[in-house]
Amino acid sequence: MEAILTAAKLSLWVSASATLLIALVGIVLAYFLARRNFRGKHLLDALISIPLVLPPTVVGYTLVVLFGREGWIGAPLYRLTGWSFVFTWQGAALAAFVVALPLMVRVSRAAIEAVDQDLINTSTVLGKSEWETVFKVVLPLARGGIMAGVLLAFARALGEFGATLMIAGNIPGKTSTLPLSIYSAFQGGDDALAQTLAIILTVISGTVIYLAGKWTSSRWI
Amino acid sequence: MDIVLSVQFKKAFAGGFSMDVSWQAAREIVVLFGPSGAGKSLTFQVIAGLVRPDEGHIQLGDKVFHDARAGIELPPQSRDIGYLFQHYALFPHMTTRENVLYGHRQPRSSEAAADFAAMLTRFHLEGLEQRYPAALSGGQRQRVALARALMRKPRVLLLDEPLSAVDLSVRRSIRNELRNLQRVLDIPMVIITHDLGEALALADRLVIYDHGRVVQSGTPDAIVQDPQNEIIAAWAGNTRLHGERTFSF
Repeated sequence: MEAILTAAKLSLWVSASATLLIALVGIVLAYFLARRNFRGKHLLDALISIPLVLPPTVVGYTLVVLFGREGWIGAPLYRLTGWSFVFTWQGAALAAFVVALPLMVRVSRAAIEAVDQDLINTSTVLGKSEWETVFKVVLPLARGGIMAGVLLAFARALGEFGATLMIAGNIPGKTSTLPLSIYSAFQGGDDALAQTLAIILTVISGTVIYLAGKWTSSRWI
Repeated sequence: MDIVLSVQFKKAFAGGFSMDVSWQAAREIVVLFGPSGAGKSLTFQVIAGLVRPDEGHIQLGDKVFHDARAGIELPPQSRDIGYLFQHYALFPHMTTRENVLYGHRQPRSSEAAADFAAMLTRFHLEGLEQRYPAALSGGQRQRVALARALMRKPRVLLLDEPLSAVDLSVRRSIRNELRNLQRVLDIPMVIITHDLGEALALADRLVIYDHGRVVQSGTPDAIVQDPQNEIIAAWAGNTRLHGERTFSF
Protein backbone atom coordinates (compact mmCIF):
# COMPACT_ATOMS: atom_id res chain seq x y z
CA MET A 1 0.00 0.00 0.00
CA GLU A 2 2.79 2.38 0.88
CA ALA A 3 4.58 1.57 -2.38
CA ILE A 4 1.45 2.53 -4.30
CA LEU A 5 1.08 5.83 -2.49
CA THR A 6 4.76 6.70 -2.87
CA ALA A 7 4.73 6.02 -6.61
CA ALA A 8 1.47 7.93 -7.12
CA LYS A 9 2.67 10.95 -5.14
CA LEU A 10 5.99 10.98 -6.97
CA SER A 11 4.22 10.72 -10.32
CA LEU A 12 1.92 13.63 -9.51
CA TRP A 13 4.81 15.73 -8.20
CA VAL A 14 7.04 15.09 -11.22
CA SER A 15 4.20 15.66 -13.69
CA ALA A 16 2.94 18.78 -11.95
CA SER A 17 6.42 20.32 -11.88
CA ALA A 18 6.99 19.53 -15.53
CA THR A 19 3.52 20.86 -16.44
CA LEU A 20 4.03 24.14 -14.60
CA LEU A 21 7.17 24.77 -16.62
CA ILE A 22 5.46 23.57 -19.80
CA ALA A 23 2.57 25.99 -19.26
CA LEU A 24 4.88 28.99 -18.91
CA VAL A 25 7.29 28.12 -21.70
CA GLY A 26 4.57 26.64 -23.91
CA ILE A 27 2.34 29.75 -23.96
CA VAL A 28 5.25 31.96 -24.97
CA LEU A 29 6.36 29.54 -27.71
CA ALA A 30 2.79 29.06 -28.93
CA TYR A 31 2.21 32.82 -29.12
CA PHE A 32 5.38 33.50 -31.08
CA LEU A 33 4.75 30.59 -33.44
CA ALA A 34 1.13 31.65 -33.96
CA ARG A 35 1.47 35.42 -34.28
CA ARG A 36 4.98 36.34 -35.33
CA ASN A 37 7.12 35.67 -38.33
CA PHE A 38 10.78 35.22 -37.64
CA ARG A 39 13.83 33.49 -39.04
CA GLY A 40 14.03 29.83 -38.09
CA LYS A 41 10.35 29.60 -37.14
CA HIS A 42 9.85 26.26 -38.86
CA LEU A 43 13.08 24.93 -37.43
CA LEU A 44 11.97 25.86 -33.92
CA ASP A 45 8.59 24.25 -34.56
CA ALA A 46 10.27 21.04 -35.73
CA LEU A 47 12.65 21.03 -32.78
CA ILE A 48 9.79 21.32 -30.29
CA SER A 49 7.74 18.65 -32.05
CA ILE A 50 10.38 16.02 -32.73
CA PRO A 51 9.89 14.11 -29.42
CA LEU A 52 6.37 13.34 -30.69
CA VAL A 53 7.76 11.08 -33.41
CA LEU A 54 11.04 9.82 -31.95
CA PRO A 55 11.13 6.66 -29.82
CA PRO A 56 11.48 7.55 -26.11
CA THR A 57 14.87 5.84 -26.08
CA VAL A 58 16.24 8.40 -28.52
CA VAL A 59 14.83 11.26 -26.46
CA GLY A 60 16.30 9.70 -23.31
CA TYR A 61 19.65 9.14 -24.96
CA THR A 62 19.74 12.75 -26.20
CA LEU A 63 18.90 13.99 -22.71
CA VAL A 64 21.78 11.95 -21.25
CA VAL A 65 24.14 13.31 -23.91
CA LEU A 66 23.02 16.87 -23.09
CA PHE A 67 22.38 16.72 -19.35
CA GLY A 68 24.31 13.70 -18.13
CA ARG A 69 27.31 14.17 -15.84
CA GLU A 70 29.52 14.13 -18.95
CA GLY A 71 26.93 15.98 -21.04
CA TRP A 72 27.32 19.21 -22.99
CA ILE A 73 25.24 21.09 -20.45
CA GLY A 74 25.42 18.51 -17.68
CA ALA A 75 29.23 18.52 -17.31
CA PRO A 76 29.66 22.25 -16.65
CA LEU A 77 26.57 22.14 -14.42
CA TYR A 78 28.09 19.28 -12.42
CA ARG A 79 31.44 21.05 -12.13
CA LEU A 80 29.79 24.22 -10.89
CA THR A 81 27.24 22.77 -8.50
CA GLY A 82 28.13 19.14 -7.91
CA TRP A 83 24.60 18.32 -8.92
CA SER A 84 23.25 16.51 -11.97
CA PHE A 85 19.88 15.62 -13.47
CA VAL A 86 20.86 11.96 -13.63
CA PHE A 87 18.96 9.70 -11.20
CA THR A 88 16.94 12.56 -9.68
CA TRP A 89 13.26 13.47 -9.76
CA GLN A 90 14.30 16.62 -11.61
CA GLY A 91 15.67 14.32 -14.32
CA ALA A 92 12.29 12.60 -14.52
CA ALA A 93 10.60 16.02 -14.74
CA LEU A 94 13.02 17.07 -17.49
CA ALA A 95 12.12 13.98 -19.53
CA ALA A 96 8.41 14.67 -18.98
CA PHE A 97 8.93 18.31 -19.98
CA VAL A 98 10.58 17.51 -23.30
CA VAL A 99 8.11 14.81 -24.23
CA ALA A 100 4.93 16.69 -23.21
CA LEU A 101 5.86 20.21 -24.36
CA PRO A 102 4.90 19.67 -28.03
CA LEU A 103 1.33 18.77 -27.04
CA MET A 104 0.95 22.04 -25.12
CA VAL A 105 2.50 24.10 -27.92
CA ARG A 106 0.44 22.51 -30.70
CA VAL A 107 -2.93 22.75 -28.97
CA SER A 108 -2.51 26.25 -27.58
CA ARG A 109 -0.96 27.53 -30.80
CA ALA A 110 -4.05 26.42 -32.71
CA ALA A 111 -6.24 28.20 -30.16
CA ILE A 112 -4.20 31.40 -30.40
CA GLU A 113 -4.27 31.28 -34.20
CA ALA A 114 -8.05 30.90 -34.08
CA VAL A 115 -8.53 34.29 -32.38
CA ASP A 116 -10.19 36.58 -34.94
CA GLN A 117 -7.65 38.98 -36.44
CA ASP A 118 -10.30 41.75 -36.46
CA LEU A 119 -10.44 41.59 -32.64
CA ILE A 120 -6.68 41.98 -32.40
CA ASN A 121 -6.71 44.83 -34.92
CA THR A 122 -9.56 46.53 -33.05
CA SER A 123 -7.61 46.37 -29.81
CA THR A 124 -4.57 47.87 -31.56
CA VAL A 125 -6.59 50.67 -33.14
CA LEU A 126 -8.12 51.36 -29.72
CA GLY A 127 -4.60 52.21 -28.59
CA LYS A 128 -3.57 49.05 -26.76
CA SER A 129 -0.01 47.75 -26.95
CA GLU A 130 0.71 44.24 -28.20
CA TRP A 131 1.12 42.94 -24.64
CA GLU A 132 -2.08 44.54 -23.41
CA THR A 133 -3.85 42.95 -26.37
CA VAL A 134 -2.27 39.58 -25.53
CA PHE A 135 -3.42 39.65 -21.91
CA LYS A 136 -6.86 41.21 -22.41
CA VAL A 137 -7.95 39.71 -25.72
CA VAL A 138 -5.79 36.88 -27.10
CA LEU A 139 -5.19 34.78 -23.99
CA PRO A 140 -8.74 35.08 -22.57
CA LEU A 141 -10.18 34.01 -25.93
CA ALA A 142 -7.70 31.16 -26.35
CA ARG A 143 -8.27 30.08 -22.74
CA GLY A 144 -10.08 26.85 -23.61
CA GLY A 145 -7.35 25.62 -25.95
CA ILE A 146 -4.60 26.66 -23.56
CA MET A 147 -6.22 24.76 -20.68
CA ALA A 148 -6.68 21.74 -22.93
CA GLY A 149 -3.00 21.95 -23.89
CA VAL A 150 -1.94 22.08 -20.24
CA LEU A 151 -4.10 19.09 -19.32
CA LEU A 152 -2.92 17.05 -22.31
CA ALA A 153 0.67 17.81 -21.41
CA PHE A 154 -0.01 16.78 -17.82
CA ALA A 155 -1.55 13.51 -18.98
CA ARG A 156 1.40 12.84 -21.27
CA ALA A 157 3.83 13.67 -18.45
CA LEU A 158 2.05 11.18 -16.18
CA GLY A 159 2.48 8.47 -18.81
CA GLU A 160 6.16 9.17 -19.52
CA PHE A 161 8.29 6.03 -19.28
CA GLY A 162 11.17 5.47 -21.69
CA ALA A 163 13.08 8.74 -21.54
CA THR A 164 12.56 8.88 -17.78
CA LEU A 165 14.08 5.43 -17.36
CA MET A 166 17.17 6.47 -19.29
CA ILE A 167 17.98 9.74 -17.55
CA ALA A 168 16.44 9.25 -14.09
CA GLY A 169 16.61 5.50 -13.72
CA ASN A 170 14.12 3.49 -11.69
CA ILE A 171 14.87 4.20 -8.04
CA PRO A 172 11.95 3.41 -5.69
CA GLY A 173 10.81 6.46 -3.77
CA LYS A 174 13.04 8.72 -5.83
CA THR A 175 12.42 8.31 -9.54
CA SER A 176 10.05 5.33 -9.75
CA THR A 177 6.93 7.03 -11.04
CA LEU A 178 3.73 5.04 -11.64
CA PRO A 179 4.71 3.77 -15.13
CA LEU A 180 8.14 2.70 -13.88
CA SER A 181 6.70 1.07 -10.76
CA ILE A 182 4.30 -0.91 -12.94
CA TYR A 183 7.25 -2.16 -14.97
CA SER A 184 9.18 -3.13 -11.78
CA ALA A 185 6.17 -4.88 -10.25
CA PHE A 186 5.53 -6.81 -13.46
CA GLN A 187 9.20 -7.77 -13.82
CA GLY A 188 9.30 -8.85 -10.18
CA GLY A 189 6.23 -11.07 -10.66
CA ASP A 190 3.94 -8.98 -8.43
CA ASP A 191 0.98 -9.03 -10.80
CA ALA A 192 -1.48 -7.76 -8.20
CA LEU A 193 0.57 -4.62 -7.58
CA ALA A 194 1.13 -4.08 -11.32
CA GLN A 195 -2.61 -4.34 -11.89
CA THR A 196 -3.52 -1.93 -9.09
CA LEU A 197 -0.97 0.62 -10.26
CA ALA A 198 -2.17 0.29 -13.86
CA ILE A 199 -5.76 0.91 -12.82
CA ILE A 200 -4.82 3.96 -10.73
CA LEU A 201 -2.80 5.44 -13.60
CA THR A 202 -5.59 4.78 -16.10
CA VAL A 203 -8.20 6.45 -13.87
CA ILE A 204 -6.07 9.57 -13.28
CA SER A 205 -5.01 9.92 -16.92
CA GLY A 206 -8.53 9.17 -18.17
CA THR A 207 -9.97 11.94 -16.00
CA VAL A 208 -7.38 14.42 -17.20
CA ILE A 209 -7.96 13.55 -20.87
CA TYR A 210 -11.72 13.83 -20.36
CA LEU A 211 -11.31 17.30 -18.85
CA ALA A 212 -8.99 18.32 -21.68
CA GLY A 213 -11.67 17.43 -24.21
CA LYS A 214 -14.28 19.34 -22.25
CA TRP A 215 -12.12 22.44 -21.98
CA THR A 216 -11.48 22.54 -25.70
CA SER A 217 -15.12 23.37 -26.38
CA SER A 218 -14.61 26.80 -24.88
CA ARG A 219 -17.63 29.03 -24.42
CA TRP A 220 -16.23 31.92 -26.47
CA ILE A 221 -15.50 30.06 -29.69
CA MET B 1 -13.23 72.76 -48.98
CA ASP B 2 -11.41 72.33 -45.69
CA ILE B 3 -9.47 69.10 -46.13
CA VAL B 4 -9.11 67.11 -42.91
CA LEU B 5 -8.06 63.67 -44.08
CA SER B 6 -5.86 63.21 -47.08
CA VAL B 7 -5.01 59.75 -48.37
CA GLN B 8 -2.55 58.96 -51.13
CA PHE B 9 -0.57 55.74 -51.35
CA LYS B 10 0.68 52.89 -53.50
CA LYS B 11 1.01 49.30 -52.38
CA ALA B 12 1.82 46.08 -54.21
CA PHE B 13 0.66 42.84 -52.63
CA ALA B 14 1.96 39.33 -53.08
CA GLY B 15 -0.12 37.65 -55.77
CA GLY B 16 -0.14 40.58 -58.19
CA PHE B 17 -2.84 42.84 -56.71
CA SER B 18 -1.71 46.42 -56.45
CA MET B 19 -3.24 49.63 -55.18
CA ASP B 20 -2.72 53.22 -56.22
CA VAL B 21 -5.30 55.52 -54.67
CA SER B 22 -5.71 59.13 -53.75
CA TRP B 23 -8.66 61.00 -52.20
CA GLN B 24 -9.49 63.58 -49.55
CA ALA B 25 -12.20 64.10 -46.98
CA ALA B 26 -13.47 67.24 -45.27
CA ARG B 27 -15.87 67.24 -42.29
CA GLU B 28 -18.39 65.23 -44.29
CA ILE B 29 -19.48 61.73 -45.20
CA VAL B 30 -17.26 60.20 -47.85
CA VAL B 31 -18.39 56.87 -49.24
CA LEU B 32 -15.93 54.43 -50.77
CA PHE B 33 -17.96 52.47 -53.29
CA GLY B 34 -16.91 49.57 -55.48
CA PRO B 35 -17.05 45.81 -55.96
CA SER B 36 -15.56 43.58 -53.29
CA GLY B 37 -11.87 43.04 -53.83
CA ALA B 38 -11.39 46.59 -55.12
CA GLY B 39 -9.22 47.54 -52.14
CA LYS B 40 -11.67 49.52 -49.99
CA SER B 41 -11.06 47.63 -46.75
CA LEU B 42 -7.32 47.58 -47.43
CA THR B 43 -7.46 51.37 -47.70
CA PHE B 44 -8.91 51.47 -44.18
CA GLN B 45 -6.19 49.17 -42.91
CA VAL B 46 -3.56 51.42 -44.45
CA ILE B 47 -5.14 54.52 -42.87
CA ALA B 48 -5.26 52.72 -39.52
CA GLY B 49 -1.61 51.69 -39.77
CA LEU B 50 -2.37 47.96 -39.85
CA VAL B 51 -0.93 47.64 -43.36
CA ARG B 52 2.08 49.68 -44.38
CA PRO B 53 2.00 51.18 -47.89
CA ASP B 54 5.01 51.13 -50.23
CA GLU B 55 4.85 54.86 -50.79
CA GLY B 56 2.56 57.79 -50.31
CA HIS B 57 1.40 60.38 -47.82
CA ILE B 58 -1.45 60.04 -45.33
CA GLN B 59 -2.38 62.93 -43.09
CA LEU B 60 -5.16 63.71 -40.62
CA GLY B 61 -5.34 67.39 -39.71
CA ASP B 62 -1.76 68.38 -38.97
CA LYS B 63 -0.78 64.85 -37.98
CA VAL B 64 1.18 62.92 -40.61
CA PHE B 65 0.31 59.21 -40.34
CA HIS B 66 2.56 58.05 -43.11
CA ASP B 67 5.12 59.63 -45.34
CA ALA B 68 7.36 57.23 -47.19
CA ARG B 69 9.88 59.87 -48.25
CA ALA B 70 10.22 61.35 -44.76
CA GLY B 71 10.27 57.83 -43.30
CA ILE B 72 7.22 58.50 -41.12
CA GLU B 73 5.01 55.58 -40.10
CA LEU B 74 2.97 56.42 -37.02
CA PRO B 75 2.00 53.32 -34.98
CA PRO B 76 -1.72 52.48 -35.12
CA GLN B 77 -2.03 53.22 -31.39
CA SER B 78 -1.34 56.91 -31.90
CA ARG B 79 -3.49 57.63 -34.94
CA ASP B 80 -6.69 58.77 -33.18
CA ILE B 81 -9.08 57.01 -35.49
CA GLY B 82 -12.38 55.31 -34.85
CA TYR B 83 -12.56 52.11 -36.87
CA LEU B 84 -15.63 49.90 -37.16
CA PHE B 85 -14.86 46.51 -38.65
CA GLN B 86 -17.39 44.84 -40.89
CA HIS B 87 -18.77 42.54 -38.22
CA TYR B 88 -18.12 45.09 -35.47
CA ALA B 89 -15.40 42.97 -33.80
CA LEU B 90 -16.91 43.20 -30.33
CA PHE B 91 -14.89 41.27 -27.77
CA PRO B 92 -17.05 38.21 -27.12
CA HIS B 93 -15.71 37.74 -23.58
CA MET B 94 -16.62 41.26 -22.49
CA THR B 95 -19.96 42.80 -21.60
CA THR B 96 -21.29 45.94 -23.27
CA ARG B 97 -19.81 47.97 -20.44
CA GLU B 98 -16.40 46.29 -20.70
CA ASN B 99 -16.36 46.57 -24.48
CA VAL B 100 -17.17 50.28 -24.48
CA LEU B 101 -14.77 51.13 -21.65
CA TYR B 102 -12.02 49.22 -23.46
CA GLY B 103 -11.93 52.09 -25.92
CA HIS B 104 -11.22 54.70 -23.23
CA ARG B 105 -7.73 55.98 -22.58
CA GLN B 106 -8.19 55.76 -18.78
CA PRO B 107 -10.91 53.15 -18.34
CA ARG B 108 -10.89 53.38 -14.54
CA SER B 109 -11.16 57.16 -14.30
CA SER B 110 -14.31 58.99 -13.22
CA GLU B 111 -14.18 60.73 -16.58
CA ALA B 112 -14.49 57.31 -18.25
CA ALA B 113 -17.56 56.49 -16.16
CA ALA B 114 -19.17 59.79 -17.19
CA ASP B 115 -18.27 59.24 -20.84
CA PHE B 116 -19.70 55.74 -20.64
CA ALA B 117 -22.98 57.02 -19.22
CA ALA B 118 -23.18 59.58 -22.02
CA MET B 119 -22.57 56.88 -24.64
CA LEU B 120 -25.30 54.69 -23.15
CA THR B 121 -27.78 57.50 -23.63
CA ARG B 122 -26.55 58.57 -27.04
CA PHE B 123 -26.72 55.04 -28.45
CA HIS B 124 -29.81 53.85 -26.53
CA LEU B 125 -27.92 51.11 -24.74
CA GLU B 126 -29.45 51.54 -21.27
CA GLY B 127 -30.20 48.19 -19.69
CA LEU B 128 -27.74 46.34 -21.92
CA GLU B 129 -24.62 47.16 -19.88
CA GLN B 130 -24.12 43.65 -18.54
CA ARG B 131 -24.98 41.76 -21.71
CA TYR B 132 -22.43 39.87 -23.75
CA PRO B 133 -22.32 40.50 -27.53
CA ALA B 134 -23.88 37.09 -28.21
CA ALA B 135 -27.06 38.34 -26.50
CA LEU B 136 -27.34 41.54 -28.57
CA SER B 137 -29.11 42.14 -31.89
CA GLY B 138 -27.21 43.26 -34.99
CA GLY B 139 -28.25 46.86 -34.52
CA GLN B 140 -27.33 46.83 -30.82
CA ARG B 141 -23.92 45.37 -31.59
CA GLN B 142 -23.29 48.13 -34.07
CA ARG B 143 -24.21 50.79 -31.53
CA VAL B 144 -21.92 49.19 -28.92
CA ALA B 145 -19.09 49.17 -31.47
CA LEU B 146 -19.73 52.82 -32.34
CA ALA B 147 -19.79 53.79 -28.67
CA ARG B 148 -16.51 51.93 -28.12
CA ALA B 149 -14.87 53.65 -31.10
CA LEU B 150 -16.03 57.10 -29.94
CA MET B 151 -14.70 56.68 -26.39
CA ARG B 152 -11.28 57.67 -27.69
CA LYS B 153 -12.73 60.88 -29.21
CA PRO B 154 -11.35 60.00 -32.64
CA ARG B 155 -10.72 62.67 -35.27
CA VAL B 156 -11.97 60.49 -38.10
CA LEU B 157 -14.45 57.61 -38.19
CA LEU B 158 -13.95 54.69 -40.58
CA LEU B 159 -16.96 52.40 -41.02
CA ASP B 160 -16.52 49.18 -43.02
CA GLU B 161 -19.89 48.04 -44.41
CA PRO B 162 -21.84 49.34 -41.39
CA LEU B 163 -25.18 48.29 -42.85
CA SER B 164 -24.41 44.81 -44.11
CA ALA B 165 -25.07 43.04 -40.81
CA VAL B 166 -28.38 44.72 -39.90
CA ASP B 167 -31.91 44.00 -41.08
CA LEU B 168 -33.24 45.84 -44.10
CA SER B 169 -36.04 47.25 -41.95
CA VAL B 170 -33.65 49.24 -39.74
CA ARG B 171 -31.21 50.32 -42.44
CA ARG B 172 -32.99 53.55 -43.18
CA SER B 173 -33.03 54.62 -39.55
CA ILE B 174 -29.39 53.67 -39.10
CA ARG B 175 -28.57 55.69 -42.20
CA ASN B 176 -30.21 58.70 -40.60
CA GLU B 177 -28.42 58.05 -37.32
CA LEU B 178 -25.08 57.94 -39.11
CA ARG B 179 -25.80 61.23 -40.91
CA ASN B 180 -26.80 62.74 -37.60
CA LEU B 181 -23.73 61.43 -35.85
CA GLN B 182 -21.45 62.93 -38.47
CA ARG B 183 -23.11 66.35 -38.02
CA VAL B 184 -22.79 66.19 -34.24
CA LEU B 185 -19.17 64.97 -34.20
CA ASP B 186 -18.16 67.25 -37.06
CA ILE B 187 -15.32 64.97 -38.17
CA PRO B 188 -14.77 63.13 -41.46
CA MET B 189 -16.77 59.91 -41.63
CA VAL B 190 -15.64 57.44 -44.28
CA ILE B 191 -18.03 54.62 -45.09
CA ILE B 192 -17.40 51.55 -47.22
CA THR B 193 -20.26 49.98 -49.11
CA HIS B 194 -20.79 47.93 -52.23
CA ASP B 195 -24.50 48.86 -52.32
CA LEU B 196 -24.95 51.78 -54.70
CA GLY B 197 -28.30 52.82 -53.20
CA GLU B 198 -26.68 53.17 -49.77
CA ALA B 199 -23.74 54.98 -51.28
CA LEU B 200 -25.89 57.60 -52.99
CA ALA B 201 -28.14 58.04 -49.96
CA LEU B 202 -25.29 58.55 -47.51
CA ALA B 203 -22.53 60.30 -49.39
CA ASP B 204 -21.64 63.95 -49.40
CA ARG B 205 -18.87 62.75 -51.63
CA LEU B 206 -18.41 59.48 -53.42
CA VAL B 207 -15.11 57.78 -54.22
CA ILE B 208 -15.48 54.97 -56.75
CA TYR B 209 -13.01 52.09 -56.44
CA ASP B 210 -12.17 49.40 -58.97
CA HIS B 211 -9.18 47.04 -59.12
CA GLY B 212 -7.20 48.97 -56.55
CA ARG B 213 -7.68 52.32 -58.29
CA VAL B 214 -9.95 55.31 -57.78
CA VAL B 215 -12.03 55.48 -60.94
CA GLN B 216 -13.88 58.66 -60.09
CA SER B 217 -14.74 60.88 -57.14
CA GLY B 218 -17.13 63.75 -56.59
CA THR B 219 -20.61 64.54 -55.31
CA PRO B 220 -23.23 61.87 -56.03
CA ASP B 221 -24.97 64.28 -58.43
CA ALA B 222 -21.86 64.98 -60.43
CA ILE B 223 -21.01 61.30 -60.64
CA VAL B 224 -24.47 60.23 -61.73
CA GLN B 225 -24.51 62.91 -64.43
CA ASP B 226 -21.14 62.00 -65.88
CA PRO B 227 -20.40 58.43 -64.82
CA GLN B 228 -17.03 56.95 -65.64
CA ASN B 229 -17.92 53.55 -64.31
CA GLU B 230 -20.24 51.02 -65.92
CA ILE B 231 -22.12 50.07 -62.76
CA ILE B 232 -23.08 53.66 -62.07
CA ALA B 233 -23.85 54.40 -65.70
CA ALA B 234 -26.20 51.44 -65.74
CA TRP B 235 -27.85 52.54 -62.52
CA ALA B 236 -28.32 56.10 -63.78
CA GLY B 237 -29.69 54.84 -67.09
CA ASN B 238 -26.98 56.79 -68.74
CA THR B 239 -25.80 55.21 -71.96
CA ARG B 240 -22.94 57.59 -72.52
CA LEU B 241 -19.94 56.45 -70.57
CA HIS B 242 -17.06 58.84 -70.27
CA GLY B 243 -17.18 60.66 -73.58
CA GLU B 244 -17.50 58.66 -76.75
CA ARG B 245 -17.50 55.13 -75.35
CA THR B 246 -20.94 53.62 -75.61
CA PHE B 247 -22.32 51.55 -72.82
CA SER B 248 -24.78 48.75 -73.47
CA PHE B 249 -26.42 46.24 -71.17
